[in-house]
Parts: sequence; structure tokens; C-alpha cells
Amino acid sequence: MASIRLEHLTKRFGNVVAVDDLNLEIADGEFVALLGPSGCGKTTTLLMIAGIYEPTEGKIYFDDVCVNDVAPKDRYVGLVFQSYALYPHMSVFDNIAFPLRLNKTPRAEIERRVREVAKLAQIENLLDRRPAQLSGGQQQRVALCRALVKEPEVLLLDEPLSNLDARLRIETRAEIKRLQKELGITTILVTHDQIEALSMADRVAVMHQGVLQQYTTPEELYNRPANLFVASFIGDPPMNLFEVRYRRGGELELPGGRALRLPEPLARRLEARRLEEGATLTLGLRPEDVELSETETPEGFPAEVYLAETLGGDLLVHFRLGDGGDGPRLRALTDPERRVTMGQRLWLVPDPNKLHLFGPDGRSLLAEAEEEAPVPHPQRA
Amino acid sequence: MRASSSNSTPNPNPTPVGAAAVEAPPRRRKRKREYAHLTRFARTKARLYAALPYVLLAIVSLPIVVMYSWLLMNSFSKKTLFGFIPQELTLNNWRFLWEPLRIGTSVHPSIWTVTGNTLLFAGGVTVLIVLISTLAGFALSRFDFRGRQSIMQLTILLHAFPGVTLMIAIFFVLLYLMKFTGLPFLNSLWGVVLVKAALEIPWSAWIIKGFFDAIPWEVEWSAYVDGCNRFQAWYKVILPQIRPGIAAIAIFSFLAGWGEFIFLYTFIFSEAFYTLSLYLNSIIGEFQVVEYGVVAAVALFYMIPVIVFFIFTQKGLMQVTVGGLKGGR
Ligand SMILES: Nc1ncnc2c1ncn2[C@@H]1O[C@H](COP(=O)(O)OP(=O)(O)OP(=O)(O)O)[C@@H](O)[C@H]1O
Ligand SMILES: [Mg+2]
Repeated sequence: MASIRLEHLTKRFGNVVAVDDLNLEIADGEFVALLGPSGCGKTTTLLMIAGIYEPTEGKIYFDDVCVNDVAPKDRYVGLVFQSYALYPHMSVFDNIAFPLRLNKTPRAEIERRVREVAKLAQIENLLDRRPAQLSGGQQQRVALCRALVKEPEVLLLDEPLSNLDARLRIETRAEIKRLQKELGITTILVTHDQIEALSMADRVAVMHQGVLQQYTTPEELYNRPANLFVASFIGDPPMNLFEVRYRRGGELELPGGRALRLPEPLARRLEARRLEEGATLTLGLRPEDVELSETETPEGFPAEVYLAETLGGDLLVHFRLGDGGDGPRLRALTDPERRVTMGQRLWLVPDPNKLHLFGPDGRSLLAEAEEEAPVPHPQRA
Repeated sequence: MRASSSNSTPNPNPTPVGAAAVEAPPRRRKRKREYAHLTRFARTKARLYAALPYVLLAIVSLPIVVMYSWLLMNSFSKKTLFGFIPQELTLNNWRFLWEPLRIGTSVHPSIWTVTGNTLLFAGGVTVLIVLISTLAGFALSRFDFRGRQSIMQLTILLHAFPGVTLMIAIFFVLLYLMKFTGLPFLNSLWGVVLVKAALEIPWSAWIIKGFFDAIPWEVEWSAYVDGCNRFQAWYKVILPQIRPGIAAIAIFSFLAGWGEFIFLYTFIFSEAFYTLSLYLNSIIGEFQVVEYGVVAAVALFYMIPVIVFFIFTQKGLMQVTVGGLKGGR
């Protein structure tokens, strides 16, 4: 097994910057997810780690050894492509056995190890088929077996679950996680599905337009997003974000003129930043951190129901903030028993301990001043 | 027409508002009659259209059928009536199979030497074309080098020119090559193999490039990650997937080599290197007598390997239209 370190990793295709000055440390045996919207450079990063793309700048270390000039075949990585990339002219058995045959493993051992890993992935009965005769989910598992059978130092998974149906995806998600822990292989999972990233990984690296936004545990990512991009990207339904004005003495003026009192520690932290009176900040409020009240409360804000959708176990209510219902749109999750009607006037009570505040530059104001980092936020382990 | 108008049902809701309502019923009936007529017309037309290709193809292929039956009949008979009906069956026309052919005053070389030469020539062309165009196609498909685009455009352009226009230039090239190297480029099968292969390679490389293009990059990358070096990836992963493409260009090259005449005719002077096309030509070109029966027999003999070859390889030939996409996912 190996630890991985990326230093100032940059990849340019012509004048497209696919990955921009990426710094990342992955501990031995850790499971890290690379999360970001389409085209943010996840696959490019993965292919550089595998040795298929040459970095334009920067270095890649495996166990503190620079591997920039090491050929892919000598990096001992297992790679599952988004498209699976099975060899169409070989049977499933030969596909899985291919890496072992290449490193001249004895015949009997190949047989044993292929069967073992196939059993693990529950594809023992498919070993004689051709890839074209398999379903997408089965192909995915074959690709995983092929990557695992050589017992790689590093396992790289590029959206391995994207072609599976919702149920199989959940099952396979758990399966991969269990396998990873069992074998202790350092693993990087690329995905644009936040649920996948948050549920499987020990740490998640959020990328946007080639730039690392935040690299931390799923809980931290959810509870303390480092900037506006992470805040809006993580969470489903997404976080409510709207502009507020800063008032000295720990108050925020919401659209419509009402004031929100900040809890004491938060107020002090903002005070320390010497923000100007009336500075425009962005307030973030997760839909699940908003209480609904039918009666007026001092901490509540009036809003008008705009639309209500049932999402399985929850009811998602869209509001318009303000007395006349003319303010910004806002979403709140509530339990589906509650009856709401369109146009109804309700009071929204935000949980004061779960507020997110972002400065004019988009960075979170909640972090302590000394732990603050620039917008690309390489948080060292 | 009467029938269609009489069984027209009364309009179920015949009371639209306005003057137009009065006109409505007769108009409907008339339309119905029209439709019936149109339907009948359309059916006849469709039937005609379906038959048309067969009729056309039959007419177009008639001369070909006549030609081949002429060949067959002639080769086994002394004389024919109207070119079709054999008179006096004989195997005499096939005597070239077991003895050197004598017509008039000249003796022709043994057919088996000639066949051997033809096989050698066609085989040589095939091997050379397959080897070079698989490598060239791989490079054109996979490597991003300077001038790749222009090479591909030139390739198409080159193939568009008839090779015959280059005849004299090629003659001089071969002549000078012979002078400088001392090797027999002229009047040798190998010299012409080089010429023929060189003219065919652009097209084959282009075809095989399509097969390489159809292999996703990820599959090749997988091979590298799994422990292949470049050659192993090419040999173990890529090559097996383009086998249909290789088969196709091999077949086409072989047929092209087997049927080659004009370059052989120009660059080969001695009977020792005659191929079947030259042999056939020398029989036809015999002054004094032309034995049509012998010509027909030799022509048939020349065709047999091609037909057999085609029967065995037509599946491979069909792959070309699929462009190598078959089997890819
Ligand atoms: N070979 C290439 N040539 C030119 N540009 C490229 C190449 N590969 C990727 N890019 C560009 O680099 C950027 C990052 O691409 P990448 O494939 O890493 O995205 P991704 O995060 O994997 O997206 P997705 O989730 O859609 O797979 C994109 O803007 C893409 O257009
Ligand atoms: Mg990708």
C-alpha cells in the first residue's frame, strides 16, 4: 500500500487548464473522493496519478518517491474507467487474468486468484462470457475485479457506479467501501455524485474548474463549507443562499428589513474581522435547519408558501421571503404530515447554530482567522 | 367507384354552423372516392417499385451471365453454335494443365510455374500491404504528430489518381534503383510487388485506421495500467480487436495482386516471371491463330482460385462496411 502526495499538480491541454495547482495528501489506506461538477478535472487528475497523462507541472509522490517518470505499468495501480474499458476480445476470465499473465504469475495461482476475486464480486458464473454479453453492472464488477486482482498499491475508480441503477448503486457502494477497508488499499474515487462521495470516502476533495475548493471529512464538508461553491454544491436540496447586510453588534439585516441576531460566539468572530457596517455578506441556511412556525415568533421571518413537493420521507417547501412574499426564494424541509397550502403565510425560524456566512470574496467567515486559507483550500492532514 | 360512394355513411354530426354546412356532405363523399382511387394507385405503384430493382438488375446482369456461360461452354467444346450451344465436347482446351501449351509455332511456359508466380506475387503484395498499413494506420489513428492531417488528405488524393499515370515515372525509379543497387528491380516479381504495394498501401492504411479509431483510448490505457508496454498493448490488446480489418485488407490486397496486369505487363519482360494475367494475354495475343477454347479454359482456370477464395472470405469482406464498429462497445 502507498500514501500519495500531489504537489502543485497542473495539467493544461492547449490553453484549457484542466487541473490547476492541485495539492493533495492521501494517507496510506485512506479512501478519498474527488468530487466536482462535470469537466472540473477529476478524470484528468486520476489519469495523471495512473501515469497515463504527463503532468504539465508539479509532482506526484507515492510513499515520498516521485513517480512522475515511472511508466503506468510500474506504478502498481488498479484503475476502473468510467467506461469500464474491458477487452472485448477476451472472456471475463481472461480479462481478469490479464494483469496476472503479464507479470508472469504461475498458472495455478492465476486460476486461484481470479476465482477468488470473482467470488467476491459475485461473478463466478460469468467467467466464460464475453464483455459484450454482460449487463452494465456486471461489466462494472468485472472491471473492478481486474483492478483488484493484482493487489494494487493504489486503487483508482473513475465514476464506477454511474451506469448502475439506483438500487445496485447503493449495494455496490457499500460493497466497495467494505472491500476497501478489508484490503486496506489506498483508494481514490472520482464522482460527481455527492451522496456517493460523502457516504464512501474518509475525506472528500471538492474541485471546481480544475481548482481544489476544500479537502476534508464529509462531516466537515457538510457542516463547515469553506466557500460559496462548496456550500452550494454540497447538500440536496441545496443550501439557501441570499445576501444580507452586516450590522455592528452581531446582527444581520435580511432582505425585507428584518434583523437576525447572531449567537454570541459567531458575533464575536465577525467582530474580530472588522467588517464594515453595512457590508454585503451571503447567508447560507440549509433547508433542514429551518423550522416552520404558524405563529409569529421574535426569531422568525415571515414568508409565503410558493410550492410544496413531497420527496419521499420529507416535504420540501419553497417560500418567498418577506411580508408581501416578494423577497428571495427559499427552501425548507419539513415533515410531510404538515399541511401547507400555496400562498399560506408561515414564519421561518433558522437554527442559529447552523448558520453559514460568506464574505464578499465568497470565503467562509466562520473559520477561525488563523486557520483561514486562500480560496483553493489545501487543508493538510 | 360506385360502390365507394354508396357505402359512404351519413355524416354523424352534420350541423356545423354557417353556409359551408350545406356543401359538406357531397365533398366528403367525393374525397372518399378519391382516397380509394389513391390507395389503389399507391398499391400498384408500391408493387411496381418493389419489382423495379429486380427487373433492372436482371437486365444489367444479363450480359455478364452471357459472358460467363460463353466462357464455360467454350472451354469444353470444339465449336459452339451462336456462342452458346456446345458442339462436340472435349477436354483438349484444358491440355495446358498437363503439358506446355503449344499454339502455332510458340511454346508457352508451364501453367504451374505461372500459377506459382501469381501466388508469389499476390502473396507478396498482401504481406507487404498488411504489414505496412497496420503500422501506418496505428500511427495515423493514435499518434498526434505534426502533419498528420496533411498526410491523411494526401493519402486520399493519392488514391484518387490512377496509378497508370505514374507508369513511366515508376519505370525510371525502378531503373535507377537497379542501377544503384545492382538488384533486379525491373523484370522481377519483387520489383512489381513493391510498386503494387506502394500504390495500394494508402487506401489500406486509411481503412485500417478506421478500425483503430473504433478502439476506445480507455481500452488501450487499461492495457498500460495492467502492465503492458507499448508493444504488448499493440500486440495483445489492439491487434486482436482489428483482426476483421486486417482480414479485409488482406483479402482486398490479395485479389488486387491476383488480378494485376498492367504493371506486370510493363515491367516484366521474360516468360520465366509470367503470371496468369500475362499468360492469358500472351495466348490472346498469339498472332496467326486464336484458340478461343483455350483462352476460355485459361480464363476459367484464372478465376477458380478467386471464386474459392471469395467464398471462404466474404464474411471478412462484409466487415469493411461496418467500419470495425462491430464487437466494440
Ligand atoms: N484530451 C483532452 N484534450 C483537451 N481537453 C481536455 C482533454 N481531456 C480533458 N480536457 C478538458 O479538461 C477539462 C477537465 O476534463 P476531465 O475529463 O478531467 O473532467 P471530469 O471532471 O472528469 O468531468 P466528467 O465528470 O464529465 O467526467 C475539461 O474542460 C475537458 O474539456
Ligand atoms: Mg470524468
